Amino acid sequence: MHVIAKKRLGKMPAGEITDHKLYLNRRQFINAATAITTASLLQSSLVRAAETPEPTFTNLVTSNYSTQASPTPFDAVTTYNNFYEFGTDKASPAILATEFPDKTKPWHVTIDGECDKPGQYDYDDLIRPFTLEERIYRFRCVEGWSMVIPWVGFPLADLIKRAQPNSKAKFVQFTTLYDPEQLPGQRRAVLDWPYIEGLRMDEAMNPLTILSVGLYGRELLGQNGAPIRLVVPWKYGFKSIKSIVNIRFVETLPRSAWMKAGPREYGFYSNVNPTVDHPRWSQSRERRIGELLKRKTELFNGYGEHVAHLYTGMDLKKYF
Amino acid sequence: MPVPKQKLILFIISLLPLAWMIIGLLTNQLGANPIETLTRDSGLWALRFLCLTLAITPIRWFFDINLVPFRRMLGLYVFFYATLHMLLYLGLDQFFDLSEIIKDIIKRPFITIGFFTYSALIPLAITSNNKMVKRLGGRRWKKLHRLTYFIAIASTVHFYMLVKQDKAEPLLYAVMVSALLFPRLYRFFQRKISQNKVITVSK
Repeated sequence: MHVIAKKRLGKMPAGEITDHKLYLNRRQFINAATAITTASLLQSSLVRAAETPEPTFTNLVTSNYSTQASPTPFDAVTTYNNFYEFGTDKASPAILATEFPDKTKPWHVTIDGECDKPGQYDYDDLIRPFTLEERIYRFRCVEGWSMVIPWVGFPLADLIKRAQPNSKAKFVQFTTLYDPEQLPGQRRAVLDWPYIEGLRMDEAMNPLTILSVGLYGRELLGQNGAPIRLVVPWKYGFKSIKSIVNIRFVETLPRSAWMKAGPREYGFYSNVNPTVDHPRWSQSRERRIGELLKRKTELFNGYGEHVAHLYTGMDLKKYF
Repeated sequence: MPVPKQKLILFIISLLPLAWMIIGLLTNQLGANPIETLTRDSGLWALRFLCLTLAITPIRWFFDINLVPFRRMLGLYVFFYATLHMLLYLGLDQFFDLSEIIKDIIKRPFITIGFFTYSALIPLAITSNNKMVKRLGGRRWKKLHRLTYFIAIASTVHFYMLVKQDKAEPLLYAVMVSALLFPRLYRFFQRKISQNKVITVSK
């Protein structure tokens, strides 16, 4: 049975979503193949009524970096979130982040460290100089699920160029807001708050790396990391740090929140790699949200042509 | 043999989690990843029924309430929800790919533990009727069913290991299972001590 399924998966072009007819056939096939009564019931919940709100950003530039795959429904993208600052289960961020960030307070982003043009910016001033694009990216969580998300944002490289990092700047470190009042999850020491992430300078400058301020043509919701977050599509989702307040150019490798939490399980690079398993679970396959079967995970989440050169000569098993 | 009313009520109540799962599935209430939700919930319900099964004896000891007639059914519901949990993993996580499943069992400690825990439930489910109790003899049957203690500990460890970071919930179950097993351990050692005393006296 599984041979047929594998063959069909194998025919699928990288990251391209199954065409609808095939998708339906596959489900019929599974229903026939599995004796579990629940399997047939699952159909109903996999077909979701997509209630996508109207876009509010206008004149978004389209991008060649976008995938042709059809995006994961808006309600899934906005209700199934890992944002430990709002609790550790997937549903609580959407419930607890409705008022986040507090619109009565300004959102400041500080850019500092090894650069010639440091500064503190109000959110609106920060993003004003940049042209917003729509980037439809695959998003792969370290837990083994994935989505396709139409982000709104601009290349991080554009911001970095303005800050003019000096020759000592080898890495970029990002920090999430620390405010247990607004982020109730920070009242428990599940991670070493505030959340920190980092990129090597060349990774940060890669044209795929964006700072995102929206999705589905609208401003980011609290649960998705409003008002501004990182998106690094060839790395596991936790690298794409949310609700950023500080961007710092540093000389030494930043230690991220997850590296501190589990140095054996989470490395600095955290590139999507089906051959390097998480110590506790396999990374070879993923469940795309909305699909019944798991699909094969691709090296660098399928973005190898744009990023593989960053890691030539590196042992990806050692630098996981 | 007529089924007492209370047993019938318990039978129906114990099916409610399954009913919730099915209703949740049909009405899109299981979130964006319904398979994950079902797998997690079926596993949790197996563990919850296991705790209930283990509570029968301490309840008799401490509160002098005899719920022993209900224990078999509760134990079988452990098996029922664990089977659902297992089938969801085999079918929807691995799509019954035997080589993948075997690799997973060997490679992933929490899957290994889960697999052995489920395997240990099978002989208990098979020997859960009166006929088998008679065939095995009360003492041997009792000995065999002490496997429950292993199952309780192993399934808690399984839960603890699979949770990514926030261990609060598995720790809560670890505390519960410990609280349910501790009185047994205490009694066991007390009996040993008193047995030794008897031996010394008789000398």
